[in-house]
Amino acid sequence: MTWFKSNKGPRAVLREEDKTVRTEGLFTKCESCRAIIWKKDLDANDRVCPKCGYHFKIGAHERLRMLFDEGAYETLDADLVSPDPLKFVDRQPYSEKLAAAQRATGLNDAVVNARGKLGGRATLISAMEYSFIGGSMGSVVGEMITLAIERALAERVPLIAVSASGGARMHEGVLSLIQMAKVSAALVRLDDAHIPFISVLTDPTTGGVTASYAMLGDLNIAEPGALIGFAGPRVIEQTIRQKLPKGFQRAEFLLQHGMLDAIVDRRSLRNYLIIAQSFFLA
Amino acid sequence: MSDDEIADKIRSLESDIDRLARERPSSRGSEVERLRAELRRLREAIRPGSKAWERTLLARHEQRPYTLDYVERLFQDFSEIHGDRRFGDDPAIVAGMARYHGHHVMVVGHQKGRDLKQRQYRNFGYAQPEGYRKALRAMKLAEKFSRPIIAFIDTPGAYPSVGAEERGQAEAIAHNLREMNRLAVPVIVCIIGEGGSGGALGIGVGNHILMMENAVYTVITPEGCSAILWKDQDHVEAAAEALKLTAPDLQEFHIIDEIVPEPPAGAQTDHKAAAEMLDGKLRPALESLLGMTGAQLREQRYQKFRSMGAVVRLNKLYAP
Repeated sequence: MTWFKSNKGPRAVLREEDKTVRTEGLFTKCESCRAIIWKKDLDANDRVCPKCGYHFKIGAHERLRMLFDEGAYETLDADLVSPDPLKFVDRQPYSEKLAAAQRATGLNDAVVNARGKLGGRATLISAMEYSFIGGSMGSVVGEMITLAIERALAERVPLIAVSASGGARMHEGVLSLIQMAKVSAALVRLDDAHIPFISVLTDPTTGGVTASYAMLGDLNIAEPGALIGFAGPRVIEQTIRQKLPKGFQRAEFLLQHGMLDAIVDRRSLRNYLIIAQSFFLA
Repeated sequence: MSDDEIADKIRSLESDIDRLARERPSSRGSEVERLRAELRRLREAIRPGSKAWERTLLARHEQRPYTLDYVERLFQDFSEIHGDRRFGDDPAIVAGMARYHGHHVMVVGHQKGRDLKQRQYRNFGYAQPEGYRKALRAMKLAEKFSRPIIAFIDTPGAYPSVGAEERGQAEAIAHNLREMNRLAVPVIVCIIGEGGSGGALGIGVGNHILMMENAVYTVITPEGCSAILWKDQDHVEAAAEALKLTAPDLQEFHIIDEIVPEPPAGAQTDHKAAAEMLDGKLRPALESLLGMTGAQLREQRYQKFRSMGAVVRLNKLYAP
């Protein structure tokens, strides 16, 4: 006789798919603190990690919805496209890379020009799309930022540029480089006309965008932890052949070195911009 | 024969032809013709390929004339001014007062070193924020006293280092780009060697832009481009070609106004001849701008850069 006897018979075998709870698409991992976050919580928190405050990268339209009153705005200049002036080919033709980026993002290039209201005041915002070839600035980005500046001047409306960019776009050669000068030239006129221009630098903003309009705001403000610089950290590491200091080229590092006016949490960014604009415009 | 030997041969042939033509204008005509044919053949043999990578190497040639080589040959009374009055003095950018064909001008330019010690001192022409700030200070000074500005560009790029980032490399360049647009005096830019990206453009906003025949001007070095787009260092030639960084390419895109010819084998073979050739373009360019008012100069410079770029609007012909 056995001391223990199962009289329940064989246990019902669970099917494979019933063994796991289906969480795919519901949760995400914080890239900084590795915490598991419910996606809805993250979205409700302007895509800032509720545990550690890490700011996730966001797209241009998501940015514009967060900033404008009621998330309402109209887009402008969306019909500008690059004609691939250099007929550039590396491992794949630039024209194909462009087409793929256009399909993936639904945009024609790496910036969205928009008009709407911010704190009840008519405002222009140009927001960059990092997922479009690294938010790089070619002729179209340069032209669109310039058009936004000229529109701000013509309509006497403040302009905000939200940057996220790896710099000038190689595939358009010096035509990309020269956009830095073009945009900066247009900013002279805005400056002379006393129309506010606020630059918001987000993760990452480097190269030709930092070395032109992103550093030329009446206020240059950044999101926490954003990588901001001229040369990329890898290039510097290769040049000086030593490890870079901790926190190098992060927003906090730039603030410490006097390069930024403020670091503003994304959740209070809208409010900060409204206050700044009312200071500038009575 | 190496290029240098050929260049020597060309120079001696040239003087032989000169001498013969002078001494015996008629009787030795056939001999002169023979020498001239030989000279043409040598020039063809030595003329640098139009290949972008070859030009890149020429633009970086260690015997190429640098800013101060041109200043020495074309300018008088060059008196250097140092420092940005903020942090320091950057030897990779020189600035100074000078006279050029009787005109008082301000010279600013990247400076590379010739021997190892000089090269280190000049940081290989890699400029730092204080260099860009010094250049702008010099340019503002020129503007204050209504003197034209001549800028020489010859840098591999702005220096990528911890210190340069701490002191605001990006801000220094951005500030120059904006403020150079405000200058109410003529600004002439000469790209004499390497036009390395933002580091070049940082003193490169002018009313008239000259570029030496074998200079290059590029958004990124061919090496950098190959590393990023091809993920290796085997495609520098393809990258150089694709980037369209030569003077003829850039003239086609209206980035530069004029190409300055160089001696047959390149400016490195004959600094004096190269300087004279630059002089031939620089002087008329300067004198044509001297009659313009400050407002006209600003407007001309603005319109020049405003029109740069290649953009099309989506075809609207099909719209109802």
